Amino acid sequence: MFNWLHPYAKTERAYALCNTLLPYFFVTAVVGLLVGFIWGLAFAPTDYQQGDSFRIIYIHVPSAILSMSTYVAMAIAGFVGLVWQWKTAYMSMIAIAPVGAVLTFISLFTGAAWGKPMWGTWWIWDARLTAQLILFFLYLGVMALYGAFSDKTQAGKSAAIMALVGVINIPIIHYSVEWWNTLHQGATITKFGKPSIALSMLWPLLISIVGTVGLIGTLVMMNLKNQILRRELHRPWVIALLQKTEQR
Amino acid sequence: MNGKTSITSNYTDILRLNAQGLSCIKQDRILFEDFSIQVHAGELIHLVGPNGAGKTSLLRILVGLSEPETGGVIVTDAARSETASFSGTETPSENKIDYPLLYLGHKLGLNQYLSSVENLAYWANMHGIATDQHELYALLARFNLVGLEDVPSGQLSAGQQRRVSLARTQLLHTHVWILDEPFTSLDVSGVAFIQDLVDDFVAQGGAVLMTSHQALQSRLPVKTVTLEYRL
Amino acid sequence: MKSVNPLTSIIKRDLVLAYRQKAELLQPLLFFVMVITLFPLGIGPGPETLQKVGPGVIWVAAILSALLGMDKLFRDDFNDGSLEQLQLAHVSLSWAMFAKVFVHWCGSFLPLLLISPLLALFLNLTPAMYWALIQTLALGTPLLSLIGAIAVALTVGLQRGGVLLSLLLIPVFIPLLIFATSAVDSAAMGLNYAPQLAIIGAMLCFAVAITPFAISYAIRVSHH
Repeated sequence: MFNWLHPYAKTERAYALCNTLLPYFFVTAVVGLLVGFIWGLAFAPTDYQQGDSFRIIYIHVPSAILSMSTYVAMAIAGFVGLVWQWKTAYMSMIAIAPVGAVLTFISLFTGAAWGKPMWGTWWIWDARLTAQLILFFLYLGVMALYGAFSDKTQAGKSAAIMALVGVINIPIIHYSVEWWNTLHQGATITKFGKPSIALSMLWPLLISIVGTVGLIGTLVMMNLKNQILRRELHRPWVIALLQKTEQR
Repeated sequence: MNGKTSITSNYTDILRLNAQGLSCIKQDRILFEDFSIQVHAGELIHLVGPNGAGKTSLLRILVGLSEPETGGVIVTDAARSETASFSGTETPSENKIDYPLLYLGHKLGLNQYLSSVENLAYWANMHGIATDQHELYALLARFNLVGLEDVPSGQLSAGQQRRVSLARTQLLHTHVWILDEPFTSLDVSGVAFIQDLVDDFVAQGGAVLMTSHQALQSRLPVKTVTLEYRL
Repeated sequence: MKSVNPLTSIIKRDLVLAYRQKAELLQPLLFFVMVITLFPLGIGPGPETLQKVGPGVIWVAAILSALLGMDKLFRDDFNDGSLEQLQLAHVSLSWAMFAKVFVHWCGSFLPLLLISPLLALFLNLTPAMYWALIQTLALGTPLLSLIGAIAVALTVGLQRGGVLLSLLLIPVFIPLLIFATSAVDSAAMGLNYAPQLAIIGAMLCFAVAITPFAISYAIRVSHH
């Protein structure tokens, strides 16, 4: 069933795939983020309750939602690495980690910035922010564990195990933190229910989310390419590639 | 890299361990690629190579502690698979034994707070073998450790600890010994003693694959397999 | 030939070793007590404040003391090569790991449970709160041991495991902390805290079922 995926166990094919896909993600990122942010930050109607300060959700919500999905993607990459023993899977996992960590940090930062006008304080221990903080630590843990090993294959396996432990814990953490504190407003986008925000505010939000997905893809692929080059420096195809770029 | 010299012996038609196409990558460096080795009964194989060539990594792959990048190892006469549960003693079939291999690596496997007798007893028990106190004392006496049997292992010298570790070769009924630098820390008489043990085992149909930086002073023919250092 | 159950010999060996190093076992316990002593000194000795922060303080101290003492779980056996030999024996590694974690729990957390009445006294907990506390400790500390053992197994080959271990484990222990302290707080208010205990119990069941495999896999990875 996954036969189409198997060629990408080889780093050369994975590198080529990154090169092919990178432009698409880049364009999505640029267009999505520009349109979404400009629309949301400048043109969307003012919220009757929160005034203009609500506009930060156009940065906060995409980063918050996607920080979690990115962790799951990282854990899946780790899982693939453990089951099929692919080096490219481990490399993908560690390429995703810093991008996800920064995304989580952005969500924390913007969440705190949103909190100032809303609750009058720069930080509050509500369910969402606390869960994001814990997610941030989970990312840092995976990165720290990976960095502690000098043999990168062993590093990949260990970090993958920790990523899986983390991914199993994320729902538990979310449930427990939410249960611990229900101050944050309920979800503004639900799949089946009517969204509780107006459509004119929703569209730029969705576009921002799509743009952020593009951004994540772009950054991960760039990171993955670097990982591959760094670790495969002795391979003939890398040497040929470097010679070609030197000639240009 | 394939040792192709054959030795004349009564047993060399029995294949104990067969490794084909092994590759090992450590720290993104290829240690060896497409390496094969066969160990037959009655063979004494000396694995040589410079420091860092990958001898220890190869031994660990043969024994099952590490996974190779490519290739596989087949051990004949294994009675149980590696994932066998601890419980239940199956009636062994005719030619199969529980432990076709015995591995003694760089690390001694002795806990410093336990005495030699205790260390040996626990090690044997872990392999499902019951031991008798008197047997163990007699064994340690053979290894020139009289009076030190009940001392915590951490207080023994390196050479004495090495001898306790090697005493385990006499506790397990097995076909192949895989020894990584067994002569480390041993004095001249210790080296001769262990070499005798190895020779006796091989003469009776066992097989030994070992590394050592010194040439082996064996009374039996020694097959040399070389692992080269790759950049 | 007489044969022996390898698992009982592993348990016996670990118990003997724990007994011979009992001075080392006392250290995390003393740490636990001293950390708890710091709080009245830092916050002030007012009985009501202490009672309010008591459950949280005891649980945080338990987690910190656990992180301190957990590194010992596999380090000696890894360094002297005993874990290598254990992998080569025909013992189920998962069962062996479960046995080792169990003995470690007996050595590190059982004393903690025994000393808890003293701490309840220090922090002015009511009997109802104490009863809830001991239940959460009884159910929760095995969780700390089991899940912690995974991270210990992963970092056992590293030179400096200590702080990395805390970074890895603290996020994972947070749900347990939340439910345990909530149980004791509910007891303080006279409310039913069976749901919290049930959730901790469920997490424990899950951990008992899954972690031995994860721990043995992590041990194999460390011997890579």
